[in-house]
Amino acid sequence: MKSTCLSALIASLLLTTAAIADDKIVKLGELDDQSSLYADSGGPGSVLAVNMAVEDSGLRDKGWTIDVISADHLNKPDVAVGIARQWFDVDKVDAIIGVQNSGTALAVAGVVKEKNGVLLVSGAASSDLTGKACTPNTIHWAYDTYALANGTGKAIVKQGGDTWFFITADYAFGHALQRDTTAVVEANGGKVIGAANVPVNTADFSSFLLQAQSSKAKVVGLANAGGDTTNSIKQAAEFGIVAGGQKLAGLLVFISNIHALGLDIAQGLTFTETFYWDMNDGTRAFSKRFSDRMKNHAEPTMVQAGDYASTLDYLKTLEVMGGNPHDGAKVVAKMKELPTDDPLFGKGTIRIDGRKIHPAYLFEVKKPSESKYPWDYYKLLATIPADEAFRPLAQSECPLVKK
Amino acid sequence: MLSILGISTQQLFQQLLVGLINGSFYALLSLGLAVIFGMLNIVNFAHGALYMMGAFCAFFLLNGVDLPTLHFVGGDGTWAPVVSTVHVSLGISYWWALLLAPLLVGAFGALVERLLLKRLAGLDPLYGLLLTFGLALVIQGVFQNYFGASGEPYPIPKELTGARNLGFMFLPNYRAWVIVFSAIVCFSTWFLIEKTRLGAYLRAATENPTLVRAFGINVPRMITLTYAFGISLAALAGVLAAPIYQVRPAMGADIISVVFAVVVIGGMGSILGSIVTGFALGVIEGLTKVFYPEASNTVVFVIMAIVLLIKPAGLFGRTA
Repeated sequence: MKSTCLSALIASLLLTTAAIADDKIVKLGELDDQSSLYADSGGPGSVLAVNMAVEDSGLRDKGWTIDVISADHLNKPDVAVGIARQWFDVDKVDAIIGVQNSGTALAVAGVVKEKNGVLLVSGAASSDLTGKACTPNTIHWAYDTYALANGTGKAIVKQGGDTWFFITADYAFGHALQRDTTAVVEANGGKVIGAANVPVNTADFSSFLLQAQSSKAKVVGLANAGGDTTNSIKQAAEFGIVAGGQKLAGLLVFISNIHALGLDIAQGLTFTETFYWDMNDGTRAFSKRFSDRMKNHAEPTMVQAGDYASTLDYLKTLEVMGGNPHDGAKVVAKMKELPTDDPLFGKGTIRIDGRKIHPAYLFEVKKPSESKYPWDYYKLLATIPADEAFRPLAQSECPLVKK
Repeated sequence: MLSILGISTQQLFQQLLVGLINGSFYALLSLGLAVIFGMLNIVNFAHGALYMMGAFCAFFLLNGVDLPTLHFVGGDGTWAPVVSTVHVSLGISYWWALLLAPLLVGAFGALVERLLLKRLAGLDPLYGLLLTFGLALVIQGVFQNYFGASGEPYPIPKELTGARNLGFMFLPNYRAWVIVFSAIVCFSTWFLIEKTRLGAYLRAATENPTLVRAFGINVPRMITLTYAFGISLAALAGVLAAPIYQVRPAMGADIISVVFAVVVIGGMGSILGSIVTGFALGVIEGLTKVFYPEASNTVVFVIMAIVLLIKPAGLFGRTA
């Protein structure tokens, strides 16, 4: 009797340890702006990208259960945090992917750290995500404000644009982009002579463009994104900013912006991105499958490509680990150990601060006469090698980087 | 060069002019709202969505539409249905769109009034508010589903491209046109309602519909036409906006809050109040953008709060 009880007790203890061992259940949450000014660069396309990554990983055929859910954070950090908490507490989500809008991403990063989940950011831009706000649970994939500033800012200053006026989206992202670009401009001998802080999701930029014109700065830097950038560029054309001799620097431009503007207005714009659908066979193959499933046959943006690649890498890492430990910091540490390779960004690595390293590219928008087929918008001006594209570890403010 | 609070007079005039341009849109939209509320006692929350429909209508008239078609393929006795879209090119220019879009969207508005709003006549105005709000969400959702969020480009008509050098700024010709055209439309509407016989019938019909009906005037038809007229003003504003703001499904939602604030400040039923307040608030918002741009989104609401505290009926409103 006693030995039966004892063996039953031991058996039940063994069973409990088995319950918290790795399993093959993964739940992914795609959190983005699904309906407002950033929806076309991420949004529903990002949800599709995550689903495609799950399909391409082949894990479902190997017996894994992988679920994808999504939500709209409405560009509000409080809404995003509420959704993230519910996802971790109630829905047992393992990884949050996407998170456009740096304000929401920074807020969600705190929640992900607290709940020991995984955060794969491709939407938000602020370099603080791998700087002073870095966590052991965050991976920042596609691009960041440092890469944009370093690519576009340096190129424009070298062409003679040494006085700048910024039109900045008045929240975390705009301020980070203005700060990083100012650093690059001043390091290369330029000067910032003025700036206007504009509420995000503004329709009319005429007042701010006129201020930029009056400042007589050689370059008008647009530290905004999505619908704001489209509106600024369209209205800048109307007020003759470029015709009057000033240069327009789109610091964050996606292919969705170019499509919305049309090549007549967008031609000649120079900017930095880390992905273009038409770069090579790997990107073209993915983009064809993506655009076939997109409602308006749009080609993928850098954000959507990043969401696909980061999800695929996360799932591959889980496969290498043999199961899902439901321990975010552990999985992220493993992801930083393993090199990455996907058809979209090529071979790369993930640094100790969570920064994914890959090359950046300087593109120029083609003239209408140079565009031969739909979405044929960019020509490659220069490639910035991976080791130069992102902020060097020596300059990092991330506490994870041991000095 | 005289300098006021750090900006030159040149910059000041620039911003005043830009403020007038924005004010034109506020004036046109709040005029439509004031007409509908003053005449019909309906708080038309769908106004922004219909402004957006006007802009999209102009876009369709120019670029054509994709019509769904159903045809059958196959043989040997089996026919499989295939749904595809065929693109119908229209190529109707901006100038015709200025006339056609308000008519088309106004007709849609008349349909809405006949089928939906008429059933709520005589009930608490809250019902009309809820219905139009729901309608706005549905319309915006449908457009967003088909067109995404970024919107479509609409070119400035050839005759209005280019800019004029006014000395203190380069004013794009199209924006000058917006101010002039809005002023004409606003003044004509005010004249129609306040000074003509038709306007007198309208005003009488809202005060005492039974008596007016006794005179043999078809009051229900008048109400439908008034609603359609208010809607077509919104659609006209949409066509005016298409070349300068991207034609996006969310464009109505973005502007409707400010327009409601304008109508409240001007006085809910006052035609003249909405026109004057629209232009004035556009200018004030423009000045805020220069001195303290971070507040430019909120200054209209701050003014609304102050006006409501001092004069609840609005600046030009009549207390019942």
